[in-house]
Amino acid sequence: MNDLFQTFVAGLRLGCIYGLVALGYTMVYGVLRFINFAHGDIVMVGAWLCFIVARAMHWTGFTAHPPLYAAAFVLLISMTACALLGWLTERLAYRPLRRAPRLNVLIAAIGVSLFIENAGQLRFLFGTEPQAMPSLLPRAQTALITLLGVRITVLDVVIGLLAVGLMIALDILVFRTRLGLAMRAVAFDDAAAALTGVPVNRVVGMTFIIGSALAAAGGFIFATEYHNLQQPAEMSWILLGLKAFVAAVVGGIGNIRGAMVGGLLLALLEQFGGRYVSNDLRDVYVFAILILVLLVKPGGIMGAQVTEKV
Amino acid sequence: MALLTIRNLCVHYGAIQALHGVDLEVQEGQIVALLGSNGAGKTTTLRAISGLLKPSAGDIVFDGQSMVGLPPELIVKRGIAHVPEGRGIFSNLTVEENLRLGAYIRTDTAAVAADREWVFELFPRLQERLGQNAGTLSGGEQRMLSMARALLSRPRLLLLDEPSLGLAPQLVQAIFATIRRISQDPARRTTILLVEQNAHMALATAAYGYILATGQIKTHAPAGELANSDEVRKAYLGVV
Ligand SMILES: Nc1ncnc2c1ncn2[C@@H]1O[C@H](COP(=O)(O)OP(=O)(O)O)[C@@H](O)[C@H]1O
Ligand SMILES: [Mg+2]
Repeated sequence: MNDLFQTFVAGLRLGCIYGLVALGYTMVYGVLRFINFAHGDIVMVGAWLCFIVARAMHWTGFTAHPPLYAAAFVLLISMTACALLGWLTERLAYRPLRRAPRLNVLIAAIGVSLFIENAGQLRFLFGTEPQAMPSLLPRAQTALITLLGVRITVLDVVIGLLAVGLMIALDILVFRTRLGLAMRAVAFDDAAAALTGVPVNRVVGMTFIIGSALAAAGGFIFATEYHNLQQPAEMSWILLGLKAFVAAVVGGIGNIRGAMVGGLLLALLEQFGGRYVSNDLRDVYVFAILILVLLVKPGGIMGAQVTEKV
Repeated sequence: MALLTIRNLCVHYGAIQALHGVDLEVQEGQIVALLGSNGAGKTTTLRAISGLLKPSAGDIVFDGQSMVGLPPELIVKRGIAHVPEGRGIFSNLTVEENLRLGAYIRTDTAAVAADREWVFELFPRLQERLGQNAGTLSGGEQRMLSMARALLSRPRLLLLDEPSLGLAPQLVQAIFATIRRISQDPARRTTILLVEQNAHMALATAAYGYILATGQIKTHAPAGELANSDEVRKAYLGVV
């Protein structure tokens, strides 16, 4: 029983990351109808920036007993920098191709992805060595409560609140604000949205900014939960991005709530499968469920039931 | 001076030229009909006015200022609202959200509220369906919604692209009656450029008419004259 629960908690941890990253894929697909392959690399940059800022804080001796705002500061810097990076990729690589065939944009996205991975390996950026993330939270590993024999740590709770908080904030933004209304209008038909006075370019830019900031939060959680940062072009980053993308598709690409559900579902599946079936097949479950969903319900779990009439 | 003046408008789709130097004027307060058969270039003309297409030559002057090169969202702000052909609504949004998008550019909340009242007078059905997904409306209701949405930007010039297309005969009558009511509202004085294939109804509603064929204006005259000219009817309007 407590083993089951342990696995469940591990699934929730991973699900926070997949969910946050999947949101960026789904939002960009929603407004521009293309898969931003560089989105996974934003996660990598976000995690590495957390490391760099945290390490700098350690050097200054500031974080021997880091206060909570140290973590908040690291997160904020990483989210801001990634938001800027995401906005730049749209501005420089995708916007000039707005009227080009979709394949061109896809190729550009792969180019951006390779650029970020390789630039990240520069010595004065992240380098080619793996690094260990320093601890950012005081007593992070202290058990807050022990439920069914499973230690729920301070870190777990902080991270859970962060992920859920960001998802709720995004949901409110998309479904309750003027900007969100504009985003949903652009997602449906950008020319028609422009005719109502929606500044389409600015809305697309905001979509990249928000999606990338959420990706950075995913990177932050990844770094603080798992501590091990592989070098920027390492396969594990690509796999992380790919799984989050699968989560977005499973939830219904373009669907905000679907991305969150998909992320959680995928992570639970991966953890339970890894624990009770075979750990070697962890990546296989993810792609098996992708194929299954595409076969049974191509629109995704939360996707539209009926196809749009043209 | 005319509210809208188009001079020598040329538009290309890639290598294909759709408009070959269109000249057209719309006087303030009037309904002007732009007629022509399928493929004549009516939609292209409207899309150029609202900024969705960039002209390859010519000028579009609205209220004394050139609109050429402005993006659509700024042209709406200057006071031109375009109701595109087809359903022209956001079927992923509710009726209420569609209407809110119509007033997206406005900050004068009191006037927006008054305009909403007016729009609900014109289209009472919409008020009953505010919370409903716009995609679930009937074809006629969707057409009403797209007109209502455009009106909520409080346009000085309303561009209507085939508002009667595909509607049942009674609904066609109702839509043209509404177009007259919009034009005659004393508080708003909305000028209308009406694109139609239904030449008979359009000329009965408009004050002035232009006839477009293969991307050129063939003739223009007061609507009554066009409606009574046998030559025009036979050559361009497909009426026998
Ligand atoms: N997106 C497009 N690409 C290429 N040609 C187009 C496009 N849209 C319209 N055309 C062509 O431009 C001409 C005018 O079309 P349009 O303005 O839609 O006519 P109308 O609205 O009067 O039926 C037609 O010959 C049509 O085939
Ligand atoms: Mg047309």
